[in-house]
Amino acid sequence: MIAMVPFSALANPHRFMSFSDRMLPWMGWLTALLLVTGFIWGLFFAPPDYQMGESARIMFVHVPSAWLSMFAYAVLAGASLMSLIWRHNLADMAAKSAAPLGAAFTFLGLVTGALWGQPMWGTFWEWDARPTSMLVLFFIYLGYIALWETIEDQQKAARAAAILAIVGSINAVIVKFSVDWWNTLHQPASLSRLDAPAMHWSFWVPLLICALGYTMLFLTLLFVRMRTEVMRNRIRRLRMKQVGA
Amino acid sequence: MSQVSMRKGLRSLILRDVKGAARQGTGGLQAVIFFAVVITLVPFGLGPDTDLLNRIAPGMIWIALVLSSLLTLDRLFQVDFEDGTFDLLTLSPIPLEVIVLAKCLSHWLTNALPLLLVTPLLGILLNIDLSALGMVLVTLVIGTPALTFIGAIGAALTVGVRRGGLLIALLIMPLYVPVVIFAVGAVNSARLNIANGEGLIFTEPNLLFLAALSLFGLAIGPLAAAAGLRLNLS
Repeated sequence: MIAMVPFSALANPHRFMSFSDRMLPWMGWLTALLLVTGFIWGLFFAPPDYQMGESARIMFVHVPSAWLSMFAYAVLAGASLMSLIWRHNLADMAAKSAAPLGAAFTFLGLVTGALWGQPMWGTFWEWDARPTSMLVLFFIYLGYIALWETIEDQQKAARAAAILAIVGSINAVIVKFSVDWWNTLHQPASLSRLDAPAMHWSFWVPLLICALGYTMLFLTLLFVRMRTEVMRNRIRRLRMKQVGA
Repeated sequence: MSQVSMRKGLRSLILRDVKGAARQGTGGLQAVIFFAVVITLVPFGLGPDTDLLNRIAPGMIWIALVLSSLLTLDRLFQVDFEDGTFDLLTLSPIPLEVIVLAKCLSHWLTNALPLLLVTPLLGILLNIDLSALGMVLVTLVIGTPALTFIGAIGAALTVGVRRGGLLIALLIMPLYVPVVIFAVGAVNSARLNIANGEGLIFTEPNLLFLAALSLFGLAIGPLAAAAGLRLNLS
């Protein structure tokens, strides 16, 4: 019976390790292909925007970052929900691994947005609804990471972080709504960027390729980080065994 | 467990905490002093221009109040957790969610209520006009339960962490954003309405959303906080 417990706990990470081992090279190459194609198309071949000129090209870096910042949180919250319901070890690792990636994409989105804002709005930072809620999302990510870092017992940390992630996902929606509300009160003529007239295909096709490339990059890095977590757990278990022996 | 004994348990838990706070005395008072000090710093930072202070007073009061209440959150469960009271409480037939609810209510009575009571004095320091002050008090009554209930989640998750005060602030501050937005929004729109000669409107959307946040906190706060406590008690 005692031998059964670690075996069943290991079974799924084990399967994950062999699966991800086979998948990772393919995912890496696909990421590189999509990103190179998307960036070259977007930066050199897509026509300059009729209003924003050449600087609109930062869109191909900025918009996918912003999307991925939210996609990463969806992955994080989904994994946390799975972890709370099924107590699945791998789900905890997925959530833990997704957080720094999501925070990085959010940060990239904020920085590229600021760099885009300077030529467009004449200021690096505008308390527009979108950057504001992105900033709050960034802090939610940082709090989540800090909670993982602080609690030493990994099992406890996983469950506490999962509860925080679920509460945060409900609250992220409220934050988004309230910031939009707040923003319309403060600046009625908010600058609209991409929700202007329907985008021409010469923009959205490379944008879509970039977004797919970013998504693949996220998934690849997520797998790499999850593998690291699995190995870290194995090392911990081996050390415990050594101490016990 | 019958309805009556649950209510009795809730009441005796609240009474115990309120009495304890009254006998100890200084706990809630420290947050009040902190609140007053932060408000006192405002004119030093921004200059003693009375018009400016009046204009920003509702926002400053709310920001200072959020900071002060963050300071008190680590005491919400910590003391009872460390001296083993929670282990005993979980043995009682009262569900942990109800115990958490009692803790939140007594925490509001002993920590948020004193902040609320000194607000008029601090408002005078910021030269706030009387109608706006009244509205600030209304938003405080309606909005501070949301701070307590949402804060309880952070307090429960970090209860096993030594000196978790800063961590709670980090976890909870982003979740407080909507409360501040709607509370200050309610005061500002009330100011506008009074300037237009319409008087106070209690069905004003900001105020309704603020009330919704408190009710929402009441619904999920005890649940999530109990789940957080449970993992730290096991």
